[in-house]
Amino acid sequence: MHDASAHAHAAEQHGPPTTFIRKYIFSLDHKVIGKQYYDLGLAAAVIGMVLSWLMRLHLGWTNLAIPGLHFLSSNGAPGNIMTPEFYLQLMTMHATFMVFFVLTVAPFAAFGNFFLPIHVGAEDMPFPHFNMMSFWTTFVAFCVMVSAFFVNDGPPLAGWTSYAPLSAVGAVAGPGQGTGQVLWAVSLAIFCLGQLFGALNFIPNVLNLRCKGMSLWRMPMPTWAWFITSCMGLTAFSVLMPACILLILDHVAGTSFFVPSNLVINDQLQPHSGGSTLLWQHLFWFFGHPEVYIAIVPGMGIVTYVLVANMRKPMLSHRVLVYSMGALAVLSYMVYGHHMFVSGMNPVSSIAFSFPTLIITIPSTIIVLIWIGSLYGSRLRINAASLFALGFISLFITGGVSGFFLAQPSIQILLHATYFVVGHFHFTMAIAAIFGIFSGTYFWFPKMWGRMMNETLGKLHFWLSFIGVYCIFMPFHYLGLAGNVRRYQSFVADYMQPLVGVHQFITIAALFTGAVQLIFLFNFFYSRFWGEPAPANPWQATSLEWSIPSPPPFDNFAGRHVVVYHDPYQYGVESSTGDYVMQDSPEQVETAHDEP
Amino acid sequence: MATTVHEPPKIEEGQPRSRTTGSGDGGFRNLDPKDGTLRAVEDYAPAPSRTGIWVIIASIAMTFAGFTSALIVRQGASMDWRHLTLPRILYFNTLALLASGVTLEIARRRIAVFMSGSKNHDVKTLDENPSRWLYFTLFLGLIFVAGQYAAWLQLRSEGLFLATNPSSSFFYVLTVIHALHVLGGLIGLTYVMRKLNRVVLRRSTLDSFSYYWHFMGILWVYLLLLLWMKL
Repeated sequence: MHDASAHAHAAEQHGPPTTFIRKYIFSLDHKVIGKQYYDLGLAAAVIGMVLSWLMRLHLGWTNLAIPGLHFLSSNGAPGNIMTPEFYLQLMTMHATFMVFFVLTVAPFAAFGNFFLPIHVGAEDMPFPHFNMMSFWTTFVAFCVMVSAFFVNDGPPLAGWTSYAPLSAVGAVAGPGQGTGQVLWAVSLAIFCLGQLFGALNFIPNVLNLRCKGMSLWRMPMPTWAWFITSCMGLTAFSVLMPACILLILDHVAGTSFFVPSNLVINDQLQPHSGGSTLLWQHLFWFFGHPEVYIAIVPGMGIVTYVLVANMRKPMLSHRVLVYSMGALAVLSYMVYGHHMFVSGMNPVSSIAFSFPTLIITIPSTIIVLIWIGSLYGSRLRINAASLFALGFISLFITGGVSGFFLAQPSIQILLHATYFVVGHFHFTMAIAAIFGIFSGTYFWFPKMWGRMMNETLGKLHFWLSFIGVYCIFMPFHYLGLAGNVRRYQSFVADYMQPLVGVHQFITIAALFTGAVQLIFLFNFFYSRFWGEPAPANPWQATSLEWSIPSPPPFDNFAGRHVVVYHDPYQYGVESSTGDYVMQDSPEQVETAHDEP
Repeated sequence: MATTVHEPPKIEEGQPRSRTTGSGDGGFRNLDPKDGTLRAVEDYAPAPSRTGIWVIIASIAMTFAGFTSALIVRQGASMDWRHLTLPRILYFNTLALLASGVTLEIARRRIAVFMSGSKNHDVKTLDENPSRWLYFTLFLGLIFVAGQYAAWLQLRSEGLFLATNPSSSFFYVLTVIHALHVLGGLIGLTYVMRKLNRVVLRRSTLDSFSYYWHFMGILWVYLLLLLWMKL
């Protein structure tokens, strides 16, 4: 068989679905899978946000009875008052849901699944069955994680980093450290598998299924970001999975990978010997630091894309943006040790990890400067999507500046495990990434659901959220500098007492910002069913998804043989359609920029 | 920034697109069409499975790299590491797995020769049906897995269980996870054989499977050396 017939490949073929189950549940269509991922991410975000409210209420008013809390855990909240252990359990689950099921799922798996094949002119992912398995594997992981709330002692309390030996010795370490911790590790091992199935589709889709004329440099920026993220996910999740397997074995099989000898907990000598607690940290952070970029890089792609469409002109350099995102991906593997500066690491090793950590600020700064330089003098269209993109830049800069302090071991040792660190990573990988998700949602909603969102509500959602998140996370830096240690459930030490008022302010800000998200949820669900029908190209954008109806037909291009003639940055030109040229338009235009 | 005029590219139109032709004319080599001329339609991109298989191989390689680093760190973490004599049957298993790679390669080449020279792709008309070499591969693969099971039983009879010692822990973890990947490969092989029997096997599918299977062999040789040196 020669390769020409082999090319009859392309995507694993499948016809339009005919039954409800094949159309909406076990669908092979990348667009349905993308929406399923989005809804999963939204559900996880709501859970994660409610958990953070409960934590914040407890931090502000330690003995506050929260009505109904005992329904969540009778042991963890006797009389509706949160126990210290239950606080840690909520903290662990808040972070786990947010990092894995929101920040990884929404910007990468949800938007990527929906738009990557369309962006490159393909009809579907190359392996739709694996793609479907990717979502359902992730969904099973989500269910296993949720089930940790319903086992005897509840979910684990070891934090999303689950440091050994606390995470490896079992129920003796505290509530949730038995079955709850095993479920946590099982869930993440399954989650890793789901993400690897995703990478298996994303990478060949970009490399093998681009339509005619779609050179790599003509791919829209989010597709570049998803491609880079897939490569990171491929290597990072492949290492977290064995770590989780070893952790599970320490629990259920009595092995001693992570538990040291002579460990006594609650006067009980633990039946383990010789394990290395640092081994877990190495394996975890080899995954953990790239995970930060897995969360943020898709947001960078989305923000660039949204801003270009709203500035009506290209960025100063798209190639440099791609190179910088690639540099972030490569460097992210070389810096993971900066999470372990206080682990007894040799000072020379600290410097070895500190140096690339400082280096990584260079591509980050280049990206930010390109955004700001391109925005300078542009007549930006102000809408919800572009506002959230600007918000992303602001939050990323704020979080990035505090990262510069933490990259240096001498300062980091002082600030380690304080609220300064919590403020830093919430600004960068959490809130900035979520603003990227919001920006993408407002921009792509018409294409995904075929209806328009309400712009006024969108802008209101932005301004209130933007003010809210700064009120929440900016004071964290002050708390950290004042020596407030993270993961404490109350502040009984004398020097922390004056800081309780700051915590109460943050709690009020968190409740306010959380309530503001109801505006988004109303706008999202109302528009999804009753919004104004969307035209094919409401933003006058150039990439391929805007050349097809909203929502797109089953096979994306309705049998059309797509040919791409331009890069996606043809804005500010004079053409028959206005000030832009679609990528698949053969129209000859004069542009003010070279093809990237 | 220079002002440039984008000439419409010269395009050799292909057949109208349909669900059966799919997309994918972009390809690896269409990286930078500086002159605006697009590649001819004959210059197809490779099938996605040819990239997908490297994604899978990279993922498995990273997983075992993670296990290897864990083994090295754990061995140096304390003095409780006890030497473990590898069961001799592992060497026989190694031969079986390597031989299965040879039989697969014979099958792959014969199928390739046949497919390039035949139009009707009817393997049943061949004097020598190449699929029988795939049956040899399947058989040798099963022998390997059965042999690994025998090795686990032997260690068990010696009182070496998963939690007995970190060395035995790593032995079981590495060999079991590798055997699961081999079993996955055998399921893939039965898929290839079914496609071949229905005369719908793609060359790219066969090639991708063979890469996977050869990688399983290389990975096992690596693991055997690692276990031999470290345990």
